[in-house]
Amino acid sequence: MVFREFRLSGSGGQGLILAGVILAEAALKDGKNVVQSQSYGPEARGGASRSEVIICDSIINYPKIEKCDLLLALTQKAYEKYIDTLKSGGVLIKDDNIEETIKRDDIEVYSVPIISTANNGLKRPMVANIIALGCICEVTKVVTKESLEKSVINRVPHGTEEINKKALYEGYSLIKSKKGKICHEA
Amino acid sequence: MTVEKIKLMQGNEACVEGAVAAGMRFFAGYPITPSTEIAEISAAKLPRVGGKFIQMEDEIASISAVIGASLAGKKAMTATSGPGFSLKQESIGYAVIAEIPCVIVNVQRGGPSTGMPTSPAQGDVMQARWGTHGDHSIIALYPSTVKEVYDTTIKAFNLAEKYRTPVILLMDEVIGHMREKVVLPREGEIKIYNRKKPTVSPEEYKPYKATDDMVPEMANIGEGYRYHVTGLVHDEFGNPTNNNVTAEELIKRLVNKIENNIDDIVEYEEYKMEDAEEVIVAYGSTARSVKSAIDILRDRGRKIGLFKPITIWPSPKKELELLGKNMKRILVVEMNMGQYLLEVERICRKYTEVKGYGRVNGELISPNEIVSFVEEG
Repeated sequence: MVFREFRLSGSGGQGLILAGVILAEAALKDGKNVVQSQSYGPEARGGASRSEVIICDSIINYPKIEKCDLLLALTQKAYEKYIDTLKSGGVLIKDDNIEETIKRDDIEVYSVPIISTANNGLKRPMVANIIALGCICEVTKVVTKESLEKSVINRVPHGTEEINKKALYEGYSLIKSKKGKICHEA
Repeated sequence: MTVEKIKLMQGNEACVEGAVAAGMRFFAGYPITPSTEIAEISAAKLPRVGGKFIQMEDEIASISAVIGASLAGKKAMTATSGPGFSLKQESIGYAVIAEIPCVIVNVQRGGPSTGMPTSPAQGDVMQARWGTHGDHSIIALYPSTVKEVYDTTIKAFNLAEKYRTPVILLMDEVIGHMREKVVLPREGEIKIYNRKKPTVSPEEYKPYKATDDMVPEMANIGEGYRYHVTGLVHDEFGNPTNNNVTAEELIKRLVNKIENNIDDIVEYEEYKMEDAEEVIVAYGSTARSVKSAIDILRDRGRKIGLFKPITIWPSPKKELELLGKNMKRILVVEMNMGQYLLEVERICRKYTEVKGYGRVNGELISPNEIVSFVEEG
Protein backbone atom coordinates (compact mmCIF):
# COMPACT_ATOMS: atom_id res chain seq x y z
CA MET A 1 0.00 0.00 0.00
CA VAL A 2 0.97 3.65 -0.37
CA PHE A 3 1.49 5.38 2.94
CA ARG A 4 0.53 9.03 2.61
CA GLU A 5 -0.95 10.14 5.92
CA PHE A 6 0.64 9.48 9.30
CA ARG A 7 -0.83 10.27 12.70
CA LEU A 8 1.51 10.01 15.71
CA SER A 9 -0.42 10.17 18.96
CA GLY A 10 0.23 9.98 22.66
CA SER A 11 0.58 12.37 25.54
CA GLY A 12 2.39 15.70 25.76
CA GLY A 13 6.10 15.31 26.55
CA GLN A 14 6.56 12.04 24.66
CA GLY A 15 8.22 13.86 21.79
CA LEU A 16 5.62 13.08 19.16
CA ILE A 17 5.77 16.49 17.56
CA LEU A 18 9.54 16.12 17.22
CA ALA A 19 9.05 12.62 15.80
CA GLY A 20 6.70 14.08 13.18
CA VAL A 21 9.23 16.77 12.30
CA ILE A 22 12.00 14.18 11.91
CA LEU A 23 9.83 11.93 9.72
CA ALA A 24 8.84 14.90 7.55
CA GLU A 25 12.43 16.06 7.21
CA ALA A 26 13.57 12.57 6.20
CA ALA A 27 10.90 12.45 3.49
CA LEU A 28 11.99 15.88 2.30
CA LYS A 29 15.57 14.60 2.01
CA ASP A 30 14.18 11.76 -0.12
CA GLY A 31 12.73 14.36 -2.48
CA LYS A 32 9.10 14.10 -1.39
CA ASN A 33 6.59 16.81 -0.63
CA VAL A 34 5.70 16.98 3.03
CA VAL A 35 3.54 18.86 5.50
CA GLN A 36 3.84 18.37 9.23
CA SER A 37 1.32 19.81 11.64
CA GLN A 38 0.35 19.26 15.22
CA SER A 39 -2.36 19.52 17.76
CA TYR A 40 -1.76 19.85 21.46
CA GLY A 41 -3.21 21.29 24.61
CA PRO A 42 -1.89 24.18 26.70
CA GLU A 43 0.01 21.80 29.05
CA ALA A 44 3.80 21.37 28.79
CA ARG A 45 3.48 17.72 29.83
CA GLY A 46 0.51 15.39 29.87
CA GLY A 47 -2.65 16.11 27.95
CA ALA A 48 -3.31 14.73 24.51
CA SER A 49 -0.72 15.39 21.82
CA ARG A 50 -0.64 14.44 18.19
CA SER A 51 1.54 15.16 15.25
CA GLU A 52 0.49 14.63 11.66
CA VAL A 53 2.65 14.13 8.62
CA ILE A 54 1.58 13.98 4.99
CA ILE A 55 4.14 12.58 2.56
CA CYS A 56 3.50 12.44 -1.18
CA ASP A 57 4.79 13.35 -4.62
CA SER A 58 2.22 16.05 -5.42
CA ILE A 59 1.34 19.44 -3.94
CA ILE A 60 -0.26 19.30 -0.50
CA ASN A 61 -2.94 21.91 0.14
CA TYR A 62 -5.11 20.88 3.08
CA PRO A 63 -2.44 20.32 5.74
CA LYS A 64 -4.48 18.26 8.19
CA ILE A 65 -5.46 14.62 8.22
CA GLU A 66 -8.93 13.20 8.51
CA LYS A 67 -8.28 9.47 7.98
CA CYS A 68 -4.74 8.16 8.28
CA ASP A 69 -2.83 5.31 6.63
CA LEU A 70 -0.69 4.76 9.69
CA LEU A 71 -1.51 5.38 13.31
CA LEU A 72 1.09 5.36 16.05
CA ALA A 73 -0.40 5.23 19.54
CA LEU A 74 1.76 5.46 22.65
CA THR A 75 -1.02 5.76 25.23
CA GLN A 76 -4.30 3.97 25.82
CA LYS A 77 -6.17 7.27 25.62
CA ALA A 78 -4.64 8.19 22.28
CA TYR A 79 -5.36 4.70 20.92
CA GLU A 80 -9.00 4.92 21.91
CA LYS A 81 -9.36 8.43 20.59
CA TYR A 82 -7.84 7.83 17.16
CA ILE A 83 -8.32 4.15 16.27
CA ASP A 84 -11.44 5.00 14.30
CA THR A 85 -9.48 7.50 12.19
CA LEU A 86 -7.32 4.72 10.75
CA LYS A 87 -8.28 3.84 7.18
CA SER A 88 -9.44 0.35 6.37
CA GLY A 89 -6.31 -1.59 5.37
CA GLY A 90 -4.16 0.81 7.39
CA VAL A 91 -1.46 0.01 9.93
CA LEU A 92 -1.61 0.51 13.67
CA ILE A 93 1.67 0.57 15.58
CA LYS A 94 0.91 0.64 19.27
CA ASP A 95 2.88 0.33 22.46
CA ASP A 96 2.39 -3.17 23.84
CA ASN A 97 1.04 -1.73 27.10
CA ILE A 98 -2.04 -0.63 25.25
CA GLU A 99 -4.96 -2.98 25.52
CA GLU A 100 -6.75 -3.54 22.24
CA THR A 101 -10.18 -2.64 23.53
CA ILE A 102 -11.61 -1.84 20.12
CA LYS A 103 -11.20 -4.77 17.77
CA ARG A 104 -10.86 -4.01 14.08
CA ASP A 105 -10.28 -6.84 11.64
CA ASP A 106 -9.64 -4.56 8.66
CA ILE A 107 -6.27 -3.24 9.84
CA GLU A 108 -2.76 -4.55 10.40
CA VAL A 109 -1.58 -4.26 14.00
CA TYR A 110 1.93 -4.17 15.40
CA SER A 111 2.08 -4.26 19.17
CA VAL A 112 5.62 -3.24 20.10
CA PRO A 113 7.41 -2.82 23.45
CA ILE A 114 8.37 0.76 22.60
CA ILE A 115 8.16 2.38 26.02
CA SER A 116 9.62 -0.54 27.95
CA THR A 117 12.56 -0.74 25.51
CA ALA A 118 13.22 2.95 26.11
CA ASN A 119 12.85 2.67 29.89
CA ASN A 120 14.53 -0.69 30.55
CA GLY A 121 16.66 -1.52 27.51
CA LEU A 122 18.12 1.90 26.75
CA LYS A 123 17.40 3.40 30.19
CA ARG A 124 16.31 6.64 28.57
CA PRO A 125 12.51 7.14 28.53
CA MET A 126 12.93 10.16 26.26
CA VAL A 127 13.96 8.07 23.25
CA ALA A 128 10.61 6.25 22.94
CA ASN A 129 9.69 8.60 20.09
CA ILE A 130 12.81 7.66 18.13
CA ILE A 131 12.25 3.93 18.70
CA ALA A 132 8.74 4.47 17.34
CA LEU A 133 10.18 6.19 14.26
CA GLY A 134 12.41 3.17 13.66
CA CYS A 135 9.33 0.93 13.80
CA ILE A 136 7.39 3.18 11.40
CA CYS A 137 10.26 3.20 8.92
CA GLU A 138 10.78 -0.57 9.09
CA VAL A 139 7.07 -1.29 8.58
CA THR A 140 6.21 1.28 5.90
CA LYS A 141 9.56 1.95 4.15
CA VAL A 142 8.14 5.43 3.61
CA VAL A 143 11.56 7.02 4.04
CA THR A 144 15.07 5.71 3.44
CA LYS A 145 17.02 4.75 6.53
CA GLU A 146 19.83 7.00 5.40
CA SER A 147 17.61 10.09 5.36
CA LEU A 148 15.89 9.16 8.60
CA GLU A 149 19.18 8.76 10.41
CA LYS A 150 20.42 12.10 9.10
CA SER A 151 17.34 13.94 10.22
CA VAL A 152 17.38 12.28 13.65
CA ILE A 153 20.96 13.50 14.13
CA ASN A 154 19.99 16.92 12.81
CA ARG A 155 17.04 17.42 15.14
CA VAL A 156 17.90 15.84 18.50
CA PRO A 157 19.68 17.84 21.24
CA HIS A 158 23.47 18.04 21.11
CA GLY A 159 25.13 15.22 22.99
CA THR A 160 22.25 12.77 22.54
CA GLU A 161 23.07 11.73 18.97
CA GLU A 162 24.48 8.30 19.85
CA ILE A 163 21.69 7.21 22.17
CA ASN A 164 19.10 8.36 19.62
CA LYS A 165 20.84 6.48 16.82
CA LYS A 166 20.81 3.40 19.02
CA ALA A 167 17.11 3.94 19.69
CA LEU A 168 16.42 4.15 15.97
CA TYR A 169 18.22 0.84 15.31
CA GLU A 170 16.35 -0.68 18.23
CA GLY A 171 13.10 0.35 16.52
CA TYR A 172 14.13 -1.34 13.25
CA SER A 173 15.08 -4.56 15.00
CA LEU A 174 11.92 -4.71 17.13
CA ILE A 175 10.00 -5.07 13.87
CA LYS A 176 12.57 -7.21 12.03
CA SER A 177 12.88 -9.70 14.88
CA LYS A 178 9.06 -9.97 14.90
CA LYS A 179 9.12 -9.04 18.57
CA GLY A 180 6.68 -6.40 17.63
CA LYS A 181 4.27 -8.38 15.52
CA ILE A 182 1.76 -10.30 17.50
CA CYS A 183 -1.43 -9.42 15.79
CA HIS A 184 -3.35 -10.20 12.67
CA GLU A 185 -2.81 -8.83 9.18
CA ALA A 186 -5.48 -7.09 7.22
CA MET B 1 19.06 27.03 -6.55
CA THR B 2 21.55 25.42 -4.25
CA VAL B 3 20.52 22.27 -2.41
CA GLU B 4 21.20 23.80 1.02
CA LYS B 5 18.41 26.30 0.54
CA ILE B 6 15.68 23.64 0.48
CA LYS B 7 14.48 23.31 4.04
CA LEU B 8 11.70 21.91 6.17
CA MET B 9 10.53 25.05 7.87
CA GLN B 10 7.83 26.16 10.25
CA GLY B 11 5.69 29.20 9.42
CA ASN B 12 6.91 31.11 12.47
CA GLU B 13 10.52 30.30 11.52
CA ALA B 14 9.96 31.49 7.95
CA CYS B 15 8.62 34.75 9.37
CA VAL B 16 11.90 35.40 11.19
CA GLU B 17 13.97 34.30 8.19
CA GLY B 18 12.04 36.70 5.98
CA ALA B 19 12.27 39.51 8.52
CA VAL B 20 16.03 39.18 8.86
CA ALA B 21 16.41 39.01 5.07
CA ALA B 22 14.31 42.19 4.81
CA GLY B 23 16.67 43.91 7.22
CA MET B 24 15.03 43.48 10.64
CA ARG B 25 17.63 44.31 13.26
CA PHE B 26 15.38 44.82 16.29
CA PHE B 27 12.70 42.67 17.86
CA ALA B 28 10.84 43.37 21.09
CA GLY B 29 8.15 41.02 22.26
CA TYR B 30 6.37 39.16 24.97
CA PRO B 31 5.90 35.44 24.30
CA ILE B 32 2.43 34.09 23.61
CA THR B 33 1.20 30.91 21.91
CA PRO B 34 1.06 30.40 18.96
CA SER B 35 3.57 33.12 18.09
CA THR B 36 6.30 32.30 20.63
CA GLU B 37 8.69 30.67 18.15
CA ILE B 38 8.99 34.03 16.38
CA ALA B 39 10.42 35.58 19.55
CA GLU B 40 12.55 32.52 20.31
CA ILE B 41 14.11 32.34 16.87
CA SER B 42 14.59 36.12 16.71
CA ALA B 43 16.47 35.90 20.02
CA ALA B 44 18.78 33.30 18.50
CA LYS B 45 19.25 34.99 15.12
CA LEU B 46 19.42 38.71 15.74
CA PRO B 47 22.66 38.84 17.77
CA ARG B 48 24.38 36.94 14.93
CA VAL B 49 23.57 39.67 12.43
CA GLY B 50 24.35 42.59 14.71
CA GLY B 51 20.74 43.07 15.78
CA LYS B 52 19.07 43.31 19.16
CA PHE B 53 16.37 41.20 20.77
CA ILE B 54 14.62 42.24 23.93
CA GLN B 55 11.87 40.53 25.88
CA MET B 56 9.80 43.32 27.39
CA GLU B 57 7.54 43.24 30.43
CA ASP B 58 4.39 43.11 28.32
CA GLU B 59 2.95 43.65 24.87
CA ILE B 60 2.44 47.40 25.22
CA ALA B 61 6.08 47.88 26.17
CA SER B 62 7.05 45.65 23.22
CA ILE B 63 5.35 47.72 20.54
CA SER B 64 6.63 50.88 22.22
CA ALA B 65 10.20 49.59 22.07
CA VAL B 66 9.67 48.68 18.41
CA ILE B 67 8.48 52.22 17.66
CA GLY B 68 11.52 53.66 19.42
CA ALA B 69 13.91 51.37 17.55
CA SER B 70 12.35 52.30 14.23
CA LEU B 71 12.72 56.02 15.01
CA ALA B 72 16.38 55.32 15.71
CA GLY B 73 16.70 53.87 12.21
CA LYS B 74 16.31 50.11 12.72
CA LYS B 75 13.82 47.91 10.95
CA ALA B 76 11.79 46.55 13.85
CA MET B 77 9.12 43.92 14.49
CA THR B 78 7.03 42.48 17.28
CA ALA B 79 4.93 39.32 17.30
CA THR B 80 1.95 38.29 19.36
CA SER B 81 -1.45 36.62 19.34
CA GLY B 82 -5.00 37.85 20.04
CA PRO B 83 -4.72 39.06 23.66
CA GLY B 84 -1.41 40.79 22.96
CA PHE B 85 -2.73 42.25 19.72
CA SER B 86 -5.51 43.91 21.70
CA LEU B 87 -2.96 45.47 24.04
CA LYS B 88 -0.90 46.84 21.16
CA GLN B 89 -3.76 48.68 19.49
CA GLU B 90 -3.23 52.10 21.03
CA SER B 91 0.41 52.16 20.00
CA ILE B 92 -0.40 50.94 16.49
CA GLY B 93 -2.42 54.14 16.17
CA TYR B 94 0.59 56.08 17.43
CA ALA B 95 2.72 54.50 14.71
CA VAL B 96 0.04 55.42 12.17
CA ILE B 97 -0.14 59.11 13.07
CA ALA B 98 3.58 59.53 13.78
CA GLU B 99 4.33 57.59 10.55
CA ILE B 100 6.71 55.07 12.03
CA PRO B 101 7.47 52.02 9.90
CA CYS B 102 7.21 48.74 11.80
CA VAL B 103 5.79 45.24 11.47
CA ILE B 104 3.32 43.71 13.92
CA VAL B 105 2.76 39.97 13.57
CA ASN B 106 -0.43 38.43 14.94
CA VAL B 107 -0.53 34.63 14.82
CA GLN B 108 -4.24 34.23 15.48
CA ARG B 109 -5.71 31.78 17.97
CA GLY B 110 -9.22 31.25 19.27
CA GLY B 111 -10.72 34.26 21.05
CA PRO B 112 -12.14 36.47 22.47
CA SER B 113 -9.82 37.08 25.43
CA THR B 114 -7.41 34.19 26.12
CA GLY B 115 -9.80 31.93 24.18
CA MET B 116 -8.13 28.78 22.90
CA PRO B 117 -4.36 29.33 23.00
CA THR B 118 -3.29 26.36 20.88
CA SER B 119 -6.12 26.38 18.33
CA PRO B 120 -6.39 28.27 15.06
CA ALA B 121 -8.88 31.05 14.31
CA GLN B 122 -9.25 34.00 11.97
CA GLY B 123 -11.16 36.20 14.37
CA ASP B 124 -8.85 39.22 14.26
CA VAL B 125 -9.43 40.19 10.65
CA MET B 126 -11.58 43.18 11.57
CA GLN B 127 -9.39 44.06 14.54
CA ALA B 128 -6.47 44.33 12.14
CA ARG B 129 -8.52 46.84 10.15
CA TRP B 130 -10.18 48.83 12.92
CA GLY B 131 -8.48 47.77 16.17
CA THR B 132 -6.93 51.13 16.84
CA HIS B 133 -9.18 54.13 17.26
CA GLY B 134 -9.57 57.07 14.95
CA ASP B 135 -9.91 57.30 11.21
CA HIS B 136 -7.01 55.65 9.48
CA SER B 137 -6.01 53.24 6.79
CA ILE B 138 -3.91 50.17 7.48
CA ILE B 139 -1.96 47.56 5.56
CA ALA B 140 -2.53 43.95 6.61
CA LEU B 141 -1.07 40.92 4.82
CA TYR B 142 -2.02 37.28 5.29
CA PRO B 143 0.07 34.41 3.85
CA SER B 144 -1.12 30.82 3.51
CA THR B 145 2.00 28.76 2.87
CA VAL B 146 5.32 28.69 4.67
CA LYS B 147 7.11 30.07 1.61
CA GLU B 148 4.49 32.78 1.38
CA VAL B 149 5.16 33.66 5.04
CA TYR B 150 8.78 34.29 4.10
CA ASP B 151 7.90 36.40 1.06
CA THR B 152 5.09 38.26 2.76
CA THR B 153 7.20 39.18 5.77
CA ILE B 154 9.70 40.79 3.40
CA LYS B 155 6.84 42.57 1.69
CA ALA B 156 5.51 43.76 5.08
CA PHE B 157 8.84 45.42 5.86
CA ASN B 158 9.09 46.89 2.36
CA LEU B 159 5.61 48.41 2.54
CA ALA B 160 6.22 49.70 6.08
CA GLU B 161 9.37 51.47 4.89
CA LYS B 162 7.91 52.71 1.63
CA TYR B 163 4.73 54.16 3.11
CA ARG B 164 6.08 54.95 6.61
CA THR B 165 3.32 53.04 8.31
CA PRO B 166 2.80 50.08 10.62
CA VAL B 167 2.08 46.90 8.67
CA ILE B 168 0.19 44.01 10.22
CA LEU B 169 1.16 40.49 9.26
CA LEU B 170 -1.70 38.15 10.09
CA MET B 171 -1.15 34.44 10.39
CA ASP B 172 -3.06 31.72 12.19
CA GLU B 173 -2.00 28.80 14.36
CA VAL B 174 -2.04 26.41 11.40
CA ILE B 175 0.31 28.52 9.27
CA GLY B 176 2.47 29.54 12.24
CA HIS B 177 3.06 26.00 13.44
CA MET B 178 2.95 23.84 10.33
CA ARG B 179 6.13 22.79 8.63
CA GLU B 180 6.59 22.32 4.92
CA LYS B 181 9.16 22.45 2.21
CA VAL B 182 10.61 25.86 1.48
CA VAL B 183 13.08 26.86 -1.19
CA LEU B 184 14.60 30.14 -0.07
CA PRO B 185 15.82 32.67 -2.60
CA ARG B 186 19.47 33.57 -2.66
CA GLU B 187 20.71 36.89 -1.38
CA GLY B 188 20.50 39.38 -4.19
CA GLU B 189 17.27 37.81 -5.44
CA ILE B 190 15.33 39.63 -2.74
CA LYS B 191 14.03 43.14 -3.36
CA ILE B 192 14.50 45.39 -0.36
CA TYR B 193 13.01 48.84 0.11
CA ASN B 194 14.48 51.29 2.62
CA ARG B 195 12.84 54.43 3.99
CA LYS B 196 13.66 57.72 2.30
CA LYS B 197 16.28 59.69 4.17
CA PRO B 198 16.35 63.52 4.32
CA THR B 199 17.72 65.25 1.24
CA VAL B 200 18.07 68.55 3.09
CA SER B 201 20.20 69.82 5.97
CA PRO B 202 19.00 69.50 9.59
CA GLU B 203 18.13 73.21 9.59
CA GLU B 204 15.84 72.88 6.59
CA TYR B 205 14.34 69.51 7.57
CA LYS B 206 10.59 69.30 8.07
CA PRO B 207 9.90 65.79 9.39
CA TYR B 208 6.26 65.71 8.33
CA LYS B 209 6.41 67.56 5.05
CA ALA B 210 5.01 65.26 2.43
CA THR B 211 6.91 64.74 -0.78
CA ASP B 212 5.23 63.97 -4.13
CA ASP B 213 4.21 60.48 -3.06
CA MET B 214 2.64 61.82 0.17
CA VAL B 215 5.35 60.12 2.29
CA PRO B 216 7.72 62.38 4.25
CA GLU B 217 11.47 61.78 4.41
CA MET B 218 12.54 60.17 7.67
CA ALA B 219 15.63 61.09 9.68
CA ASN B 220 17.01 58.72 12.30
CA ILE B 221 16.92 60.05 15.82
CA GLY B 222 20.52 60.74 16.79
CA GLU B 223 21.68 61.77 13.33
CA GLY B 224 21.54 65.48 14.09
CA TYR B 225 18.03 66.00 12.79
CA ARG B 226 16.13 67.20 15.86
CA TYR B 227 12.37 66.92 15.70
CA HIS B 228 9.27 66.33 17.73
CA VAL B 229 7.31 63.07 17.53
CA THR B 230 3.80 62.97 18.93
CA GLY B 231 0.52 61.13 18.83
CA LEU B 232 -1.24 64.48 18.62
CA VAL B 233 -2.24 65.99 15.32
CA HIS B 234 0.82 67.92 14.21
CA ASP B 235 2.17 70.31 11.58
CA GLU B 236 5.07 69.73 9.18
CA PHE B 237 7.56 70.24 12.00
CA GLY B 238 5.91 67.62 14.16
CA ASN B 239 4.57 70.18 16.61
CA PRO B 240 1.06 69.65 18.01
CA THR B 241 -1.70 71.79 16.58
CA ASN B 242 -5.46 72.11 16.71
CA ASN B 243 -5.60 73.91 13.39
CA ASN B 244 -8.58 72.45 11.51
CA VAL B 245 -7.03 72.81 8.09
CA THR B 246 -3.79 71.10 9.15
CA ALA B 247 -5.75 68.33 10.88
CA GLU B 248 -7.87 67.62 7.80
CA GLU B 249 -4.80 67.62 5.55
CA LEU B 250 -2.86 65.29 7.82
CA ILE B 251 -5.57 62.69 8.33
CA LYS B 252 -6.46 62.66 4.64
CA ARG B 253 -2.82 62.31 3.64
CA LEU B 254 -2.30 59.41 6.07
CA VAL B 255 -5.29 57.62 4.57
CA ASN B 256 -4.59 58.51 0.95
CA LYS B 257 -0.91 57.56 0.95
CA ILE B 258 -2.24 54.01 1.32
CA GLU B 259 -5.64 54.09 -0.39
CA ASN B 260 -4.28 55.86 -3.50
CA ASN B 261 -1.60 53.20 -3.89
CA ILE B 262 -3.81 50.12 -3.63
CA ASP B 263 -2.50 48.70 -6.90
CA ASP B 264 1.04 48.78 -5.54
CA ILE B 265 0.02 47.27 -2.21
CA VAL B 266 -2.52 44.65 -3.23
CA GLU B 267 -1.40 41.10 -3.87
CA TYR B 268 -3.62 38.09 -4.43
CA GLU B 269 -3.61 34.60 -5.87
CA GLU B 270 -6.18 33.01 -8.13
CA TYR B 271 -6.65 29.23 -8.39
CA LYS B 272 -8.52 27.58 -11.25
CA MET B 273 -10.30 30.80 -12.14
CA GLU B 274 -9.86 30.54 -15.94
CA ASP B 275 -13.41 29.31 -16.69
CA ALA B 276 -14.92 29.71 -13.22
CA GLU B 277 -18.56 30.64 -12.83
CA GLU B 278 -18.47 30.66 -9.04
CA VAL B 279 -15.67 31.73 -6.74
CA ILE B 280 -14.70 31.11 -3.14
CA VAL B 281 -12.91 33.94 -1.36
CA ALA B 282 -10.59 32.66 1.37
CA TYR B 283 -7.28 33.61 2.95
CA GLY B 284 -4.64 32.12 5.25
CA SER B 285 -4.84 28.44 6.13
CA THR B 286 -8.50 28.28 5.07
CA ALA B 287 -7.44 28.98 1.48
CA ARG B 288 -5.51 25.69 1.56
CA SER B 289 -8.66 23.77 2.48
CA VAL B 290 -10.53 25.63 -0.25
CA LYS B 291 -7.96 24.61 -2.88
CA SER B 292 -8.43 20.95 -1.93
CA ALA B 293 -12.21 21.43 -2.02
CA ILE B 294 -12.01 23.02 -5.46
CA ASP B 295 -10.04 20.04 -6.78
CA ILE B 296 -12.83 17.75 -5.57
CA LEU B 297 -15.59 20.00 -6.96
CA ARG B 298 -13.82 20.34 -10.32
CA ASP B 299 -13.63 16.54 -10.58
CA ARG B 300 -17.40 16.57 -10.20
CA GLY B 301 -17.73 19.04 -13.06
CA ARG B 302 -18.28 22.24 -11.14
CA LYS B 303 -16.70 25.39 -12.61
CA ILE B 304 -15.39 26.94 -9.42
CA GLY B 305 -12.21 28.75 -8.43
CA LEU B 306 -10.46 30.46 -5.53
CA PHE B 307 -9.69 34.14 -5.04
CA LYS B 308 -7.17 34.48 -2.24
CA PRO B 309 -6.30 37.98 -1.09
CA ILE B 310 -2.78 38.08 0.37
CA THR B 311 -3.23 41.79 1.04
CA ILE B 312 -6.44 41.72 3.02
CA TRP B 313 -6.29 45.43 3.99
CA PRO B 314 -6.69 47.59 2.08
CA SER B 315 -9.01 45.10 0.42
CA PRO B 316 -8.57 44.39 -3.31
CA LYS B 317 -11.69 46.38 -4.21
CA LYS B 318 -11.12 46.49 -7.96
CA GLU B 319 -10.59 42.75 -8.23
CA LEU B 320 -13.52 41.91 -5.95
CA GLU B 321 -15.78 44.22 -7.91
CA LEU B 322 -14.83 42.42 -11.12
CA LEU B 323 -15.65 39.08 -9.50
CA GLY B 324 -18.98 40.51 -8.44
CA LYS B 325 -19.75 41.42 -12.04
CA ASN B 326 -18.57 38.13 -13.57
CA MET B 327 -19.46 35.41 -11.07
CA LYS B 328 -22.83 33.76 -10.57
CA ARG B 329 -22.06 33.47 -6.88
CA ILE B 330 -19.36 34.48 -4.40
CA LEU B 331 -18.74 32.36 -1.32
CA VAL B 332 -16.58 33.50 1.59
CA VAL B 333 -15.08 30.77 3.78
CA GLU B 334 -13.28 31.80 6.96
CA MET B 335 -12.57 30.70 10.55
CA ASN B 336 -14.81 33.37 12.07
CA MET B 337 -18.46 34.27 11.92
CA GLY B 338 -18.30 36.35 8.79
CA GLN B 339 -15.76 39.16 9.17
CA TYR B 340 -14.32 39.34 5.66
CA LEU B 341 -17.78 38.43 4.40
CA LEU B 342 -18.79 41.96 5.45
CA GLU B 343 -16.17 43.48 3.18
CA VAL B 344 -16.96 41.19 0.24
CA GLU B 345 -20.68 41.90 0.67
CA ARG B 346 -20.00 45.62 0.78
CA ILE B 347 -18.24 45.48 -2.57
CA CYS B 348 -20.05 42.67 -4.42
CA ARG B 349 -23.59 42.46 -3.09
CA LYS B 350 -24.98 44.90 -5.61
CA TYR B 351 -23.78 42.68 -8.48
CA THR B 352 -24.24 39.09 -7.34
CA GLU B 353 -25.16 36.68 -4.56
CA VAL B 354 -22.69 36.58 -1.67
CA LYS B 355 -22.77 33.82 0.95
CA GLY B 356 -20.54 33.03 3.88
CA TYR B 357 -19.44 29.93 5.73
CA GLY B 358 -17.69 30.24 9.07
CA ARG B 359 -16.41 28.02 11.82
CA VAL B 360 -15.27 28.99 15.32
CA ASN B 361 -14.61 25.68 17.09
CA GLY B 362 -10.81 25.86 16.97
CA GLU B 363 -10.43 23.50 14.02
CA LEU B 364 -9.35 24.22 10.49
CA ILE B 365 -12.30 23.94 8.10
CA SER B 366 -11.99 20.71 6.11
CA PRO B 367 -12.26 20.37 2.32
CA ASN B 368 -15.27 18.01 2.63
CA GLU B 369 -17.11 20.56 4.72
CA ILE B 370 -16.53 23.17 2.03
CA VAL B 371 -17.65 20.77 -0.70
CA SER B 372 -20.93 20.15 1.18
CA PHE B 373 -21.43 23.87 1.69
CA VAL B 374 -20.96 24.56 -2.01
CA GLU B 375 -23.14 21.66 -3.18
CA GLU B 376 -25.96 22.19 -0.72
CA GLY B 377 -26.29 25.92 -0.84
